[in-house]
Amino acid sequence: MDLSYYPGCTLKTKALNFEDSAIAAMAALGVNLVELPRWNCCGTVYSMADDDLAHHIAPVRNLAHVAEQGSDRVVTLCSFCYNTLKRADLLMRNSPEKRNTINTFMDDEADYDGQVEVVHLLEVLRDDVGWEAVARQVKVPLEGLKVVPYYGCTLTRPQEAAIDSVENPTVLQGLMGALGADVVDFPLATECCGSFEIVSNPDAVLERAYAILGMAQRKGAEAIVVSCPLCAHNLGQKQAEVADKYSDFTGMPIVYFTQLLALAVGVSPEVCRFDLNFGGVEVLLRDRGLIPERV
Amino acid sequence: MRLSVEVVKKALVIGGGVAGIQAALDIADGGYEVILVEKTPSIGGHMAQYAEVFPTLDCPQCILTPKMVDVGQHSNIRLMTYAEVQRVSGEVGNFQVEILQKARKVDHTKCTGCGTCWQKCPERVPSEYNAGIAYRTAIYIPFPQAVPAKAVIDTEHCRYINHLKFMEHGTEGRKPPQCRICEWFCPADAIDWEQEDEIITEQVGAIVVATGFDLMPIKRLPEYAEDPDVIDGIQFERILSPGGLTAGVVRRPSDGKIPEEVVFVSCAGSRDPEHGVPHCSRVCCMYLAKQAMLFKHAVHDSQSHIFYIDTRTTGKGYEEFLQRTMAEGAVYLRGKVSRIYRDGDKIKVMGVDTLSGKQVEVSADMVVLGMAMLPSVGAQELAAKLGIMTDEQGFYTENHLKIDPLESTRRGIYLAGTAQGPKDIPDSVAQGSGSASKVLGLFARSEKTPEGLAVG
Repeated sequence: MDLSYYPGCTLKTKALNFEDSAIAAMAALGVNLVELPRWNCCGTVYSMADDDLAHHIAPVRNLAHVAEQGSDRVVTLCSFCYNTLKRADLLMRNSPEKRNTINTFMDDEADYDGQVEVVHLLEVLRDDVGWEAVARQVKVPLEGLKVVPYYGCTLTRPQEAAIDSVENPTVLQGLMGALGADVVDFPLATECCGSFEIVSNPDAVLERAYAILGMAQRKGAEAIVVSCPLCAHNLGQKQAEVADKYSDFTGMPIVYFTQLLALAVGVSPEVCRFDLNFGGVEVLLRDRGLIPERV
Repeated sequence: MRLSVEVVKKALVIGGGVAGIQAALDIADGGYEVILVEKTPSIGGHMAQYAEVFPTLDCPQCILTPKMVDVGQHSNIRLMTYAEVQRVSGEVGNFQVEILQKARKVDHTKCTGCGTCWQKCPERVPSEYNAGIAYRTAIYIPFPQAVPAKAVIDTEHCRYINHLKFMEHGTEGRKPPQCRICEWFCPADAIDWEQEDEIITEQVGAIVVATGFDLMPIKRLPEYAEDPDVIDGIQFERILSPGGLTAGVVRRPSDGKIPEEVVFVSCAGSRDPEHGVPHCSRVCCMYLAKQAMLFKHAVHDSQSHIFYIDTRTTGKGYEEFLQRTMAEGAVYLRGKVSRIYRDGDKIKVMGVDTLSGKQVEVSADMVVLGMAMLPSVGAQELAAKLGIMTDEQGFYTENHLKIDPLESTRRGIYLAGTAQGPKDIPDSVAQGSGSASKVLGLFARSEKTPEGLAVG
């Protein structure tokens, strides 16, 4: 199965570990992620202002390119890309007046009328592949690895763009369960990581990070599974500072779901680029014998 | 020829809560026969579950039980508990009703309510009266003050009846034991395994529907995690009740620890169109204030936090009561709770205080949710049998909200209590009496022109 794939900026820079592992893992599951030959910024944040249509041009233009390239479905990995693309698509489907204005403005492209379905890779795994099929492909079960799922905000909010239940999403639990990991109940799975406050108010993010990391540690988790590069950054990059401020916190590996998926279906650990992760994932996985000792 | 029917001067009251009890007593005191049908084994309704009732803090055992006993002993009232209305036909002045008397498997002409059977019964079933946080036996009376104080056997859970069912149909699983210990010990020889469901047909002239409410189940609010120490208002009533399952000592369900910090959440489900319930449940502000007060009286060093949208205290003496709760130390926080989760021994409550504009997080031992009041389970089916209308939430629609609030959309069928909409005990009793007076007015006439027929 071939799927049009929209990477977004972060996956080509800081989150190479996310992209590389996803492409390799999906290939092992028989799904080819075919990168769009032409794509631009997703818009990053969906503008909530009623008269701010200019901010929707970027995502809509991407969707128009998907349609132009003959595809009616596009898959994303980054939660933020998913959210802006999905909501821009919903806007184009549901508001004829705004759709007209936007289409008239972008007169270089063909009109976009909401003909592309935006999906997140987790949806593909759950709905197209299925947990049973994933479980059958597992070659290195993650047995005994205690993980907590962390969804952040944009995968499940707002309700109309949610890939799962808004309050109690379970898709990451489903995947981790299929991979044989031990999923620990995590009440803060949909808490805010601090998001863009990292730029203007890093101290607030430090407190958010401590709340989430500390809870994961108290629940006995060994790693936090994420699907968003910004969550990974906010929860990962601040860990030394968190540990300085709160002596009970000792460190928590942050790992993308695609990395664990890739590892479990037999992709080489080098492809997963664990060296780019925060919090010592490599040490943990080596300790569990899931990746070989460094020679 | 005159088109009229003779009025059958006998009334049917459906539902044995405080509204139905009041309606039945008033009609019976007016000199007419009443059949009171209640689906559970005892009358009393939700009010019988409460610890003490606002704003005067009298206990239901003191103010409700005498009325229940009056119903049980009134010469004009035929009490049919463990029974349900199956079918209704006819019209005002002359309804034919079929009532299903569920098999009790106990001969109530012999049972003395001595209690031997429920002390011996080995089966444990979540107690409806204790809102699921304690157990009863399979042969039981729902609570000590039950009227009638005569046992029934819960045929779904009785070991012997399940044994019989297994012998007849069962092929899988383990064979339930042939228990019959109640029969062995019953001094009155009242156990009757042969007793079956029975349909009783009656003619009545008027019907009062007082089927009450049920609380919205907590699981409809997934952000308020399922945890044994996150309970609803009725469950906390049972814990606060001096004669309740913890004998008056406030203990939390998970480990029996005496809580020191309790968070109350009002409008849990109510006034929340996102969760499908736009209405205000009217009583939660008051009963949560009352529970905070009773909790403070029971555990002196304790602290309550109450999250609210508005405090709605519109009854007589209600605002004064709320002020007293605040003066006694309950902290009111104006804002909603976004999430409740367990963190070790504590329950964390995350919310917002919109007056200070700050997010707040409270570490509690227990959380009480003032869940929304919804029509009782089965109210919709009964409405279909009665041919009366309901609103979007399933509460029975009155003929006219303002100038005819007691009659339903069908002539001769009247409404009382929370079946018509959320209300407190004073209003439920008043509406019970009001509907009774409508029935008495109807019975004062000997003939009635039926609805829909032209009067010539």
